[in-house]
This record gives sequence, C-alpha cells and structure tokens, in this order.
Amino acid sequence: MKDSTKITGAEAILLSLLKENVDTIFGYPGGAIMPIYDKLYDRHHELKHILVRHEQGAAHAAQAYAQVTGKPGICFATSGPGATNLITGITNANLDSIPVVFITAQVTSSLLGTDAFQETDMISLSMPVTKWNYQVTKADDIPDAIAKAFFFAKTGRPGPVLIDITKDAQNELTEFNYKKIKSIRSYNPKPELKDEDIRAAILLIQSSKKPLLFAGHGILLANATRQLEAFVNKTKIPVAVTLLGKSAINEDNPYFVGMLGMHGNYAPNVLTNQADLIIAAGMRFDDRVTGDLSRYAKKARIIHIDIDNAELNKNVKADIAIHADIKEFLDEIIPVINYSANNRWLEQFRELEKIEQEKVTQKEYFSEIGKIRSGEVINLLSRKTGREAIIVTDVGQNQMMGARYYQYKNPNSLITSGGLGTMGFGLPAAMGAQVGRPDKTVILFTGDGGFQMTSQELGTIFQYNLPVKIVILNNNFLGMVRQWQQLFNERRYAETNMPTPDFPLLAKAFGIEGSLVSERSALNKELDTMLSHNGPYLLEVKIEKEANVFPMIYPGMAVDEMVLKS
Amino acid sequence: MKWFLNHNFNLKLMKNTYTITAFSENHIGLLNRITIIFTRRHINIESLTVSSTEMKGIHRFTIVVEEEEEQVVKVVNQIEKLTEVLRAKWYLNDDIVYREIALYKIPIDSAIDKNLEQVLREFNAHMADIQKGFVIIENTGHVDDTEKLYDILKPYGILQFVRSGRISISKQKIELSSYLKELPINEYVKE
Repeated sequence: MKDSTKITGAEAILLSLLKENVDTIFGYPGGAIMPIYDKLYDRHHELKHILVRHEQGAAHAAQAYAQVTGKPGICFATSGPGATNLITGITNANLDSIPVVFITAQVTSSLLGTDAFQETDMISLSMPVTKWNYQVTKADDIPDAIAKAFFFAKTGRPGPVLIDITKDAQNELTEFNYKKIKSIRSYNPKPELKDEDIRAAILLIQSSKKPLLFAGHGILLANATRQLEAFVNKTKIPVAVTLLGKSAINEDNPYFVGMLGMHGNYAPNVLTNQADLIIAAGMRFDDRVTGDLSRYAKKARIIHIDIDNAELNKNVKADIAIHADIKEFLDEIIPVINYSANNRWLEQFRELEKIEQEKVTQKEYFSEIGKIRSGEVINLLSRKTGREAIIVTDVGQNQMMGARYYQYKNPNSLITSGGLGTMGFGLPAAMGAQVGRPDKTVILFTGDGGFQMTSQELGTIFQYNLPVKIVILNNNFLGMVRQWQQLFNERRYAETNMPTPDFPLLAKAFGIEGSLVSERSALNKELDTMLSHNGPYLLEVKIEKEANVFPMIYPGMAVDEMVLKS
Repeated sequence: MKWFLNHNFNLKLMKNTYTITAFSENHIGLLNRITIIFTRRHINIESLTVSSTEMKGIHRFTIVVEEEEEQVVKVVNQIEKLTEVLRAKWYLNDDIVYREIALYKIPIDSAIDKNLEQVLREFNAHMADIQKGFVIIENTGHVDDTEKLYDILKPYGILQFVRSGRISISKQKIELSSYLKELPINEYVKE
C-alpha cells in the first residue's frame, strides 16, 4: 500500500507498529478495539498476536518479552474493563522501568465523559503509573502518538507508556505518514556526562581502601554488562547486585560477592557497613536494599550514577551524584582508571560467604531429612541447565529462592517482579519470555499462591505450545507472609494456609503434561523428565511446609545486623 | 556535578515557603501529573497558578508550598522528570519578585462614608469597578499586604473577597525563554 493512500486509523496503528519493527503483540479483543483486530486479521503473517486469557497476563507477558528481547513489549486491550485489567501490569512495568507500549481502545469521542458503556478514564487512571500517556481522538494523530510512545518508552530511564485511542479515530480515514522521533524538546533522555564527574569519581575510588560496587537493573537496561565486567576485572572492586541487577554479571566472576537486600547474601549486606566507598551503578537504594537508612553505609563515601536525576540523593545522599548513562560512564572511566582493590578486602567477603554457605546454603541444598527444599530444586536446575536457562519467578519465597540459588550467567536471565512485588506475575511473564526467546529453556519458579492468581494463562501456553517449564514450589502456604507471621506475629497464621488443587491434573485439563514430586529420591528424575519434555510441562514439588528464607534483614534492622537464622 | 553534597544537607528540616516554577508543554492532563507528585507525598499546595508564557505552546506553573528544602528538591526533580516538563526550579522568597492580586467587594454606602481614599493611597490600591450598591477594590502585593488591607476594610463590611495564587519571577538575569526559542518542538529521524 502506498503511503499516500487513505487508510483507517486502525490500519495506521498497525502500520506504525510495523515501522517500529514490532512483530509480536500480546492482547485481548473487545468492543471498542474491534476495528484494530479487524485489520490485524489481514496481517497475521507479519504481526503475531498472542491471545492471553486475562489482560493482566498480556501486560506481564509483554514486559517479560521486552526484558528478554531488548525490544519494547506491545500490549492491546479494549476499553473499560480490558484497560483497567492492565493496571497491575502497567504499574509493575513502571516500577521496574520496562519499556512496554500499551494501546487501549476507548469509546467513540462523542461519548467521552458520558459514562458510556465500557468507558473508563484510562488517561487519569494510568497517569501515576506510566512514563507518558496520551489520548488520540483523530486518526491523523495516530502515527505521531505512536512514534512518541516508542521514543519515550525506550529512551532515558525506560518505562511503560499508554495510548488510548477512541473507536471513531480507529475508523476514521487518514493519510499515513510515519516519522520516527529523534528528539523532543521537553525531554532529555541522554544527560551529558562531564569530564569532571569522571575525574571526581576516580579521585574518590583511588583514595578508597574498601570499595564496593553495586550493580543495579540500570546495567542491564543500559546494555552495559560487558563494561561492568571490564571495570570490575580491571579494578578488582567487589561487585554486589540488586535483585533486578541479577544476571548483570556472571556469578562466576572472581569479584562477584552476591546479592544485596533483605534476603540477599550475608557478605555484601554486612560489609556495606564496613565499606569506605560505595559505587552505586544504575540502582536506586530501595528500602528492601538499605534496611534502616539511618544506619546504612555510614562509613562510606558514595558515588551514585543514574540516568534518572530524581533518583540521585532521593534515599541516600551521594558524595558524588552523577546524572549519566551508566554505559557511557563505564566506557569513559575504564581506560583512564588506574586502581586495584586490595585482595584482603575481597577475602573479608569470602570469609562471610563461608559462614553463609555453612549455616544456610549447604543446609538448603543437601538436607537429608524432611521434605524437599526449594533451594535444592533450584540449585539442581541451575546445574542441569548449565546455568543457561531464563529463570522467571513469581513473588515471595519462590522468588527469593530463585534469585539466590540459580547461578546466573547470561544478561537478562532472571525475570522477576522487583519494585511492585506482584503475585501472579510469574506464569504470564514466563509465557512472554518464552515467546521472546523460543530458543531458550524458560523455567518458572512459582508458589502455590501466586500461581493460582493467574493460572488461567495455562490456556495461552497450551494454545501456542510454549514449552515453559513450570515448577510450583507447593508448601500449601502463602509462604513469605507465613514466614513473617512466624517471626513477628507469634505463628498466628492468619489466612495464609491454603489447600491447593491437583496441579498436574489442572495442567492436564489444559492439555499440558505434568507430574507431582514429593519425595527427595524422585526429584532428580522428575526434573530430568520435565527438562527433556518437548513442550510445556508443569512440575508440582511438595516442599517443606514451614521452611523459611534466610538470611534476612528484619524490618528496622541495619544491613549488618542481618541474621542467618531465627 | 554535585561535589560532596553531604555538606549542604545540614539538616534543612525547617519548613519554609518555597516557590516552584515549572515550564511545560501545553498538554491536557499535565496539571494532573504535576499535582499527583504533591499529593503522593502529602504536600499541601498553598497556591497554584498556570498561565501561558511569552513562548508559544509553553505554560508556566507557579506552585507555592510550605515544606522542608529536602522534600522540595525531590519534588522539583520529580516534576522535571516528567517527559513534558522542560524545566523546573525552586526558589526562596528572597530569590524572586512575587505578587498576588486581591479583590474586595464592599458596599457603596460605607465606601462613601469612611475615609477610603487615604487607605487606597497607602496601599497603592485602586477602585477597579463601581456598580449600583457596591465597589470593587483591587490590590496587588504580598499576602501580608492584601491581608492587612482586608483587616482595614473589614469594618466597611466586605461582601466578597478573593485572592489569586502567586505569580513570581526570578531575580536572576537568565530566563528559560532565552534558549528555548531555538529548540524545535520535535525532531524526526530522517529516512
């Protein structure tokens, strides 16, 4: 079709997406979005549409797709309930800075504001949870709105954007003319890195004796994993990661010292309060990382590098706050820095690591009594997959276990809900990750609670034969809440005990193979069966009912007060 | 670059009056995006004025809050982070020239009877309109001024009183408009 020919707004939407190299859409049709789906009918050869079972699933899947492919995820939903069902997914993407372009349909523009059937004020509803949103009421405005949406979603600190398009704009005729955006005057996605910033950082690093590098999600978002590795290898500075920074560095790296935060590793948490310099690279000092802020890293000077100026000095005051792209910063500093951290400092980490190994990890991996433990399942899979799988987790104990006990190697190989902590994220996210990377083994670690929040997506997994390996770590509890009830509410297990359905049977109802393992002796074989199965597979693992995730920084504790057991 | 900012953070925990100005694109919904930033943090907006500027398509927000400096800095950063905001800044009262307009409606009888002329002269106020039965007095100044005039006019019997939000202008020489004029709104990738 020639660009000068008139086409409908709906077609303009699809053509705009094609111009942005989109090939996959997650969505669900409905009344107001019908014109778009009608045009999609003719374009299935170039735009693959994944029909989910609930719009929340589409949002999570699109986010995971974005994380594993590096391309923005695309998500369609109809007006009203279709759009409101996205909200959790949009919020999740917003807190974790994932580029997703949400396109919601809206009632005909003449009906706006009249409480028409399936009308919701989606712009106001999504405002606090999107990086940018926009309502289109004229077909002519569609290409520019979509061009902006992609530009905002991908650049700077990435994030979700939403375009709400009225039904009449979808049907109206327009001349299609698509122009990609290069810059927008009110928006500066690429802050200028100054030489003096580099010089100041080098000065501080060179005068430090106990430096510690924190690698956050920003490393992955900026595609700076190679730079991180080069910097660490050159300076020998111990590097810890945040939950979302997992997989930003190969965990084999000799300077990798573990994960920060409430259920992170013992050494980096404890030694945060011994460090005399912290280099925070693309992370935001979340409260789950810092514990009690008033007793956090008080001995350390802090260099904080982030692309989002609003993160600098937000939670932790930086001695040097550098508003820059972390990749550019590392690229600039690596050739000019001349520093090598003292090996004695690194040994301190190894000593504490030994304690954690002894008191926590080994018990988790090689417990001979009692039921199967989450850690041994995950560690076994880490070895069986050669650390090559993409791991997706739900939220709670399964998430912390999944982060702790898989040894990450490749960038973006952990997909998890960090900022929002969305139960129900796992299954749809695993589905989106598998759509994005059909060549990879995708393994989901989920709990019995979170799985049941979005289990309808088994239907989607079956429909597209997505070979996701679903591991339900079933303790018949909302495990993390139960753990807190045990620790802080005298074991008053209020509404956390949950009978579960026969999960493999449920899978079978959806046409998905599954099995149950409750004995340690059968675990190995069952995991092999799952991994070698050609197609999706659900493995329910009955785990120790009242197992806890340790170590832990209790609420109100300083990071160096982290406890290894209750 | 903020070099050793720690030393500037010396417990600025005292609340003060801050004037925040933001320049933005003139887009629907932006007011909402900006006010959300305040409501989320339980910061009460004392006054808010939005108007167009000398630059086409660019609006200016003037927001007055009573807050601690640290909070104000964070809020300003959040405002500036919005994709449609060009620039956001904060000022203490000493750094700006600021005004509010007040209008007072008083019965014409009392206006004639009392020595109003002298009051108006002292306050640099003037009669904006005269209608059958009442007059409207206009005064421009700081809140203190317009409140003082309110107290003086009270015995006259104030029928209605209204005061605008603050407008302000910085005492610095450089203004945003100097570099904005050269920037096109959007630039496109050439194919």
